[in-house]
Amino acid sequence: MLRAVAAQRLRRAASLIQRFQSTLVIAEHNNETLTPITLNAITAAKRLGGEVSCLVAGTSCDKVAQEVSKVQGVAKVLVAQHDTYKGFLAEELTPLILETHKKYNYTHICAGASAFGKNLIPRVAGKLDVAPVSDIIEIQSPDTFVRTMYAGNILCTVQCDEAIKVFTVRGTSFEAAPTSGGSASLEKLTPPPPVGLSEWIDQQLTKSDRPELTSAKVVVSGGRGLKSSENFKLLYDLADQLHAAVGASRAAVDAGFVPNDMQVGQTGKIVAPELYIAVGISGAIQHLAGMKDSKTIVAINKDPEAPIFQVADFGLVADLFQAVPEMTELLKKK
Amino acid sequence: MAPLKVLVGVKRVIDFAVKVRVAPGGQGVQEQGVKHSLNPFCEIALEEAVRLREKGDAAEVVVASVGTRQSQEVLRTALALGADRAVLVEVPPGGPALGPREVAAALSRLVARESPHLVLLGKQAIDDDCNQTGQLLAAALDWAQGTFVSRLALEAGAVRVQRELDGGLETLRLRLPAVLSADLRLNQPRYASLPSIMKAKKKPLELLPLPELLGCPPAPPRLRVLRLEEPPGRQGGQRVENVAALLERLAAAGRI
Repeated sequence: MLRAVAAQRLRRAASLIQRFQSTLVIAEHNNETLTPITLNAITAAKRLGGEVSCLVAGTSCDKVAQEVSKVQGVAKVLVAQHDTYKGFLAEELTPLILETHKKYNYTHICAGASAFGKNLIPRVAGKLDVAPVSDIIEIQSPDTFVRTMYAGNILCTVQCDEAIKVFTVRGTSFEAAPTSGGSASLEKLTPPPPVGLSEWIDQQLTKSDRPELTSAKVVVSGGRGLKSSENFKLLYDLADQLHAAVGASRAAVDAGFVPNDMQVGQTGKIVAPELYIAVGISGAIQHLAGMKDSKTIVAINKDPEAPIFQVADFGLVADLFQAVPEMTELLKKK
Repeated sequence: MAPLKVLVGVKRVIDFAVKVRVAPGGQGVQEQGVKHSLNPFCEIALEEAVRLREKGDAAEVVVASVGTRQSQEVLRTALALGADRAVLVEVPPGGPALGPREVAAALSRLVARESPHLVLLGKQAIDDDCNQTGQLLAAALDWAQGTFVSRLALEAGAVRVQRELDGGLETLRLRLPAVLSADLRLNQPRYASLPSIMKAKKKPLELLPLPELLGCPPAPPRLRVLRLEEPPGRQGGQRVENVAALLERLAAAGRI
């Protein structure tokens, strides 16, 4: 009897807690546009069942803040514009996030598991003295998350007993929140004084007219089998016919065929397009970690024993130097 | 610039080539009789520290690991690869696995004891795939952090780092002391030669119980693993004869 009453109280307390969830999503942007992974993080935040706020910090925020205020499910946009946020340094953003948290007392703080989020979120967690949770693929309850380990070969369900849950979200595991239909309120924050431990010098971004790798519907990836960076042109031509992004295996990056930011895999980018075409890629565990949630996988490889064929929906055992141009030509005729 | 003291954190993990299996009970993975080695990213961090010493930029390279007594193997490997001395912050076997938060807490105490100018770690361990420890440590110490580093150069009182971003590269200048985490492209680690393996046996390796370093019993981890499981495998599909057949199938599946 007593136990039943206690259980009932606990349930009531749990539902109360649920009602007072409030999540802060740290928006990623380039002072011009919002980075798409933020929309996936907002969807994850909405799953938690409480109010969702979004922090936009940078040297020029008005445009992005407007963009975020229209995203469905965002109640409040907090804006911090200051030169100190040049380069989005974690040392400068962390005190701002801590002050914002002190003011609003969030139950959850999150960002997309991009290079930006991975760099920043654990530092925030460290300052809050809580254990962060990386790259979650599912939310089972406000304190229970699923994430992968061992290059995607193990799913780990983890319960977080921290007062504040601080985590990053795998973009490919959550739909993007709709970019219209929202009408969030905007609030300006006063930036805390600069920390000055670090300074942003410059950046060299890879220029490309193709879709961005992590959000493309079709991805064509090349591996060591391409033999040279010149031969990657074959993949670019095929990608152009499919409006696809181009990725690469670690082997192709290490051999210098393409820049590092094209690497798909455990320690590169995680992609889950509708169609993934792996060309001259053997399919090491570490590469599969980055693409095995793709809806349809095609492998083109001349080695019939290549492990990639074990996960491919359609496998073509052929010389890529003949098969890829032929594919490009046939697509042109369509 | 006076030569620096560098601390490198390393982790013993299941070797990258092993197909990992969940142990019965779903609370851990099968470790018995499974090949373990030095986490690849830790190897890169260590190689960079050794190169700094070879260039005369670093005076001493101390390597540390937080783990059970078995982690001595990877520390010996690290000594053979060029570290001067090693410290094992020892946790008793059979306890809950330590996460990045616990490891960073231990390392921050070790930093207080060793006073390095630079701490080098790998960007992530290939077992838990967390990518957190360096950032947590920098937060605990209130130091600058340079994560996913693919190039570094020391300057007076600072370090200039090139970082790998999603869309390319960026360069930062960090005030020393700082915590850096190594990306794959930072360097190509060397192999340990037989003479260096023999010499490593004579280098100092200190065992330091974790409670002694912390000055109190370690707090229980606040992340509880409820369950480990293997994801549903993909069914290997069909072989197609030629490119035309492939395109037909893709069109039929609505993918092109």
